[in-house]
Amino acid sequence: MIWDWIPRNQPLILGALGEHVVLSALPVLIGLVLAIPLGWLANRFPAARALLIPAAGVIYTVPSLALFVLLPVILGTKILDPANVVVALAVYTLALLVRAVADALAAVPRSVILSATAMGFRPPRRFLAVELPLAVPVLVAGLRVATVSNISLVSVGALIGVGGLGRLFTDGFERNFPTEVVVGIVLSILLAALADASLIGLGRVAAPWTRVAS
Amino acid sequence: MIEFRGVTKRFADGTVAVRELDLVVDSGAITVLVGPSGCGKTTSLRMVNRMVEPTSGRILIDGEDVSDKDPALLRRRIGYVIQQVGLFPHRSVEHNIATVPLLLGWDRKRARQCAAELMELVGLDASLAKRYPAQLSGGQQQRVGVARALAADPPVLLMDEPFSAVDPVVRESLQDELLRLQSELGKTILFVTHDINEAVKLGEKVAVFRAGGVLAQYDEPGAVLQSPADEFVASFVRRAGS
Repeated sequence: MIWDWIPRNQPLILGALGEHVVLSALPVLIGLVLAIPLGWLANRFPAARALLIPAAGVIYTVPSLALFVLLPVILGTKILDPANVVVALAVYTLALLVRAVADALAAVPRSVILSATAMGFRPPRRFLAVELPLAVPVLVAGLRVATVSNISLVSVGALIGVGGLGRLFTDGFERNFPTEVVVGIVLSILLAALADASLIGLGRVAAPWTRVAS
Repeated sequence: MIEFRGVTKRFADGTVAVRELDLVVDSGAITVLVGPSGCGKTTSLRMVNRMVEPTSGRILIDGEDVSDKDPALLRRRIGYVIQQVGLFPHRSVEHNIATVPLLLGWDRKRARQCAAELMELVGLDASLAKRYPAQLSGGQQQRVGVARALAADPPVLLMDEPFSAVDPVVRESLQDELLRLQSELGKTILFVTHDINEAVKLGEKVAVFRAGGVLAQYDEPGAVLQSPADEFVASFVRRAGS
């Protein structure tokens, strides 16, 4: 380890870290926003479920590098465009969360939905005020998996030139300079741990009823 | 007053849950629908707040056909209590009770105040206001269910086997509470049970249903016990007191 490399290259490191945060967080947000309506569809209509859940499973098995290379062809983007990584990771997040949302909604007790309807909730408000909040704990569990996996997958993007901290690995390897590789790895792990801890905290705040002793 | 006029409910699979039901439910009284399971009593109840739509016939509340009403608005004027309680696990006791007031657009302060009054009315300690349903006993949960149904002071209350899931001692006290509440509030209550003892204890009128959704007898509890209309009612009421 050449320790003084770190302060000398602070802008490079922070730049890579910032890019890594954006490239992993943005897809989570996009995936979540899309997963809620699709998960609702899958829960509401058996035909939608029969289509969406297996499709999500298949998408998740496509290797990330293949998707990074394939997307420019499908989207018409440039090969080095960060959008490829964002879209690819959003697709993975969506594939993971659709099932989580559908299962979480299916797990809401029938008696709760029945009584909400009988109290005079219209379906959209019932969804937002009753069904979705009750899905939060399962949703947070799905978000944790998606976020941590995104943080690790962003680095793969370095192979197509867009990879946040992953660029420190590729660059370090090419120059046979272990310090840079280690900095990249340590920061990825710290970022993943921090993101996971934040989501756990967020889940506790968003679902206080799960914390009470019954 | 709730009137069933020639109400029939046939489900998509062809089963007839309720057959040509004519029934007039008195205002300000508890009317109990009783019968074996699958006799159409719950279906009859759910047609009143349009959770189930009748295949034919009409249901009127104070002379107005419920099918002319917007279902959500109709339901906010009708209290509803079920056996599984169906409290919202993610909302505090206070917030659960304030559900309908908040749907009706009351401000939060008034809704909270209303919840506090209701808790007192149903005999729940004020210290439970911030608890979640999972932190309550079965009997306390059902009291919250009753308070929630009463929160917006609806004239009509539908109760579907509300006390069946609690143990006999708690059930007894909940029944006594309901009678005490009713003597104060004078709601029009339609109460479903399969337990003839509960029917006789609570009902000012008792409607005995038989399988196939047919009303076998509709009378005061004493009359049902002493002069059953037919052999089915006689054998059903024989369980009374047991």
